[in-house]
Amino acid sequence: MKTTTIVIGAGHAGLAMSRCLANRSIDHVVLERGEVAHSWRTERWDSLRLLTPNWQSRLPDFGYEGGDPDGFRTMPETIDFIARYAHAISAPVRTHTAVTSVTRSGDCYEVQTPEGTRRCRAVVLATGACNLPHVPAVAEAVPRTIETMTASRYRNPDQLPPGGVLVVGASASGTQIADELQRSGRPVTLAVGEHVRVPRTYRGRDIKWWMDVVGVLDEGYGEVDNLERVRSLPSLQLAGSDDRRTIDLNALSDIGVRLVGRLAGVSGDRALFSGSLRNQCALADLKMNRLLDRIDTWASEQGIDDRVGPPHRFDATRMEESPPLQLNLAAEGIRTVLWATGFRPDYSWLHVPVLDRKGRLRHDGGVIEAPGLYVIGLPFLRRRKSSLIDGAADDARELTTHLARYLDRRGAAERASSQEAPLNV
Amino acid sequence: MSTGTQNTQNVDNGVNVGALLDAREALSGAPEAAQFRWRTTCKWVNGTHSRSTIEGFFGLGEEQRHKTTFTFDADHPEVFASADNGATPVEMVLAGLASCLTAGVASVAQMRGIQLRSVSATLEAGMNLFGILGIDSDVRNGFDGIQVTYDIDADATPDEIRAVVAQSQKRSAVYDIVTNPTNVSVEVK
Repeated sequence: MKTTTIVIGAGHAGLAMSRCLANRSIDHVVLERGEVAHSWRTERWDSLRLLTPNWQSRLPDFGYEGGDPDGFRTMPETIDFIARYAHAISAPVRTHTAVTSVTRSGDCYEVQTPEGTRRCRAVVLATGACNLPHVPAVAEAVPRTIETMTASRYRNPDQLPPGGVLVVGASASGTQIADELQRSGRPVTLAVGEHVRVPRTYRGRDIKWWMDVVGVLDEGYGEVDNLERVRSLPSLQLAGSDDRRTIDLNALSDIGVRLVGRLAGVSGDRALFSGSLRNQCALADLKMNRLLDRIDTWASEQGIDDRVGPPHRFDATRMEESPPLQLNLAAEGIRTVLWATGFRPDYSWLHVPVLDRKGRLRHDGGVIEAPGLYVIGLPFLRRRKSSLIDGAADDARELTTHLARYLDRRGAAERASSQEAPLNV
Repeated sequence: MSTGTQNTQNVDNGVNVGALLDAREALSGAPEAAQFRWRTTCKWVNGTHSRSTIEGFFGLGEEQRHKTTFTFDADHPEVFASADNGATPVEMVLAGLASCLTAGVASVAQMRGIQLRSVSATLEAGMNLFGILGIDSDVRNGFDGIQVTYDIDADATPDEIRAVVAQSQKRSAVYDIVTNPTNVSVEVK
């Protein structure tokens, strides 16, 4: 089977890419291991809602048209949104077609699936950034008497035994799950390492609205000092809810969650925590205030100060005077350790030498050094919003432009060589 | 959201940022050269008095030497019935932490284009002797906490200065050593 381009993955990013390819009449197929929006269907907890407001899901030639632009989609609504997009653009998706191998053969790629091998000139990896939960090495040392679970396996509090929970990680997943578990009557201890604190709303507007209009989300990957660092930042401490409440560490402390430092080790029954909690919180508070300063400056420059609420600052993150450096898990009644320590992409099926020493793709804004190979949907791929549904449109358009130029050059070279061929005979 | 929009050209904290950035770039491509081994030797003098000598270390793939050999005398004060021939080892830990953080402050400030005029740090750590004297097994031997207070005069806003100090902690080796567990193996030949 020959196709010009194969897109692997039919989530929002793969579908956005499909739409842009179709707009340029580039023959392609989208291979999907399960159903459209597979990860959204199978790897999310029950109460999760999108972190971005409904209006902020602007896919190529598709967007929100309902009556609640500022609301946050539930998972069924998110799945429905992406499935409707696939239908609306008549995306050439082959579902239940898992890619088991991609290899390079001459100028082409060979993409293996259970139904056979497809050859193509270009491949777009749209398999997402969150395929495998990243669990720190200390997990090995957690006593067998304690249940452990990753955020991607978590569905609701009823899965956990009664009793205390140590949630490790304070990004969006960790803070939301800590909030839900604490409210379910399970006392939560939250181990806090590096995190990104933002309020849900500021001066009467959603923080994502501010970040959009101020231009924060459009910052390009060539504009940042340390690209590797911004690409590995944890997700913002945000939750989508009807009451638009902020779930930061102070809000969690208010409902009784206990804050400790980064989990540094487990020794016998004792969990050891870093003494760096104070600085981790200082870093996050200062970073949040720099964002708010930038928002205030922009609002003044635009002359909209009278149309939004007054500028203000949030309380610094509170913590115990001397946060505990170790806890005896059994004695504290902790029955479960929940890892909300991030994710890694899975490229075990990609047999093209394009990974760095840590198994990450080497790419320049989604253009992988192997000609004709592209990736979309990774954090800060081309701009800060690349990890959002809202970031897929610009990234897909730009990568499609590059891909089309590559195919044109290839085509021209082939035509030239086929014309030359008779002369050489 | 980066700080320090000032022109770094005009800022001089005595830190060769260019060399640091070059080293970062070079080591990223040669991970084995980034493997360092730090060493000290220590000889007992008398009583609680000992003398540590620091001269060589390993890094960039080969043996390295300091320009001169440094020696540090450590002892305990007279209230411990000692001769007080040097700083107490726990005070040397505080000095190590202070110097590491302060080096970080200068480097980060340079990177962010912030001119420093003066930087001073005051460190204090509490310790309950019930631990080392074995009076109460619930009391740890070491510090019950360390307080570091910086007084910094620089061309920057208070929040920019706080951000420099926070970033210095984030990148400090000694801060990491004292805030996180480290495996220690002690053998006898």
